[in-house]
Amino acid sequence: MRNKYTFSKGVDEYFSGIHKAYLFTALFFREAFKKPFHLREVINQCFEVGLKSLALISLTGFIVGIVFTKQSRPSLEDFGATSWLPSLIGIAIIKALGPLVTALICAGKVGSSIGAELGSMRVTEQIDAMEVSAINPFKYLVVTRVIATTLTIPVLALYCSFVALYGSYLNVHAEETSSMISFYQSAFKTISFLDITTSVVKTLVYGFTIGIVGCYKGYHATQGTRGVGKAANQAVVLAMFLIFIEEVIIVQIANWIR
Amino acid sequence: MKKLKQRSINKEDSVISISGLYKSFGDLEVLKGIDFKLFKGENVAVLGKSGTGKSVLIKIIVGLLKPDRGEVVVLGHHVDQLESKELNALRIRIGFSFQNSALYDSMNVYQNLAFPLTMNRKNLNKKEVDEAVEEVLEAVGLTDKLKQMPSDLSGGQRKRIGIARTLILKPEIMLYDEPTSGLDPITSAEIIELINEVQQKYNTSSVIITHDLTCAKNSSNRLAMLLEGKFLKVGTFDEVFDTNDEQVKAFFDYNFIQ
Ligand SMILES: Nc1ncnc2c1ncn2[C@@H]1O[C@H](COP(=O)(O)OP(=O)(O)OP(=O)(O)O)[C@@H](O)[C@H]1O
Ligand SMILES: [Mg+2]
Repeated sequence: MRNKYTFSKGVDEYFSGIHKAYLFTALFFREAFKKPFHLREVINQCFEVGLKSLALISLTGFIVGIVFTKQSRPSLEDFGATSWLPSLIGIAIIKALGPLVTALICAGKVGSSIGAELGSMRVTEQIDAMEVSAINPFKYLVVTRVIATTLTIPVLALYCSFVALYGSYLNVHAEETSSMISFYQSAFKTISFLDITTSVVKTLVYGFTIGIVGCYKGYHATQGTRGVGKAANQAVVLAMFLIFIEEVIIVQIANWIR
Repeated sequence: MKKLKQRSINKEDSVISISGLYKSFGDLEVLKGIDFKLFKGENVAVLGKSGTGKSVLIKIIVGLLKPDRGEVVVLGHHVDQLESKELNALRIRIGFSFQNSALYDSMNVYQNLAFPLTMNRKNLNKKEVDEAVEEVLEAVGLTDKLKQMPSDLSGGQRKRIGIARTLILKPEIMLYDEPTSGLDPITSAEIIELINEVQQKYNTSSVIITHDLTCAKNSSNRLAMLLEGKFLKVGTFDEVFDTNDEQVKAFFDYNFIQ
């Protein structure tokens, strides 16, 4: 029998997987700018993404703010520098924690649910059913969801940062009297325009990643109901992995620009 | 039961014409040289054991799968050579009823039926859509299920809604994938009746995939036996089963001994 594989089964599948993912992403950019835009479905999906993760993001952001402030205080106290606390917290939350916490929560909640939803539509032939009724399922299901996550996750990250800063303020306020306004002022004092831009770009990239990975895994689900679980699971794992890599790359690029 | 109307069929006027069709998945050869014509106005039942490639055959007809070799001409178009726009225009003229119904389970019955219509005819107003939905629901006899979710319907009701969803685009060709599988004899008889009503009311030509001989006998003008990737016999019920071929006989005996 002829050898079917260029290298071996595993290696071949790995590279053909990357190729497929590349084609999928390329198709997204080709389809995203063509009519029809399914605006109503995009808005629906934005609400889905937001409502699904809002409670968890509020809670996590709040706790991260409190805990981070509590933990940082002693080391600053050693230098008698507790007055720097707000700006330290501001940098940590706006530049790193807010976007990252939001992205990880959304990868878990939104990524898995997109993977599972599209996966089950694939294995129960609902995607084929769209195709035979002359509806482009890629546009209707994938493009709308990816746009929704790309637009919504930056907003959620911003919200998460503000909640975290509020948590932090409560902690600061408990120790020394300071008004909320002066707290926020000093928190933002050292934040530059470039920092904000970096954070927004970062969250746009995370949002896109979560959407496209969830859709890719779900859209290509196989093997019946088992495949649905696998798609949801892989969507989360791959999205988180990519988010960490992107974090490192974007921070690196921002440092060069500075 | 409403019997199938025997009409004079014009053997010149074929709506589907397949010749020398081959299809395999990896090492698995599924279709090995299919030649077949569906004439305007007739119902043809395709019989065959599970896994012989019946579903693959009709998926090739609507362009969900690509043939490896051979010609597939549907309503005058070579399906495998069409651009996506032309393919969609052709698909609107073909109704495809899935083996497991493939209803959109995030939408209720009304939305399931309206979806293909509103996506393909942008200029319809709400009233026209409502009327179209009402009409097809009446055709399948389920006017009271408008607001139900697919998960709350029985298997037979799901099949009917699946058929209604294809009727809403007023197809010229209907492809039924095992319309009676998994249903009790009485519900099966109702579905067969529905198939015959559809043929008369909407003037369709149909391919009906089944391994149920009662269904084949009562819903079709001709039968085709699919065995080992080829059409072994094509003809009327009596022509096909008046034979000494062991494999055909086995199929016949099995169905009627039960
Ligand atoms: N997308 C696919 N990829 C790989 N193999 C496939 C694919 N679709 C079908 N097959 C294989 O082709 C063969 C025929 O499948 P098909 O679904 O057409 O059977 P069938 O005649 O409809 O059977 P049933 O009566 O059980 O529905 C099966 O062995 C199946 O494993
Ligand atoms: Mg089948």
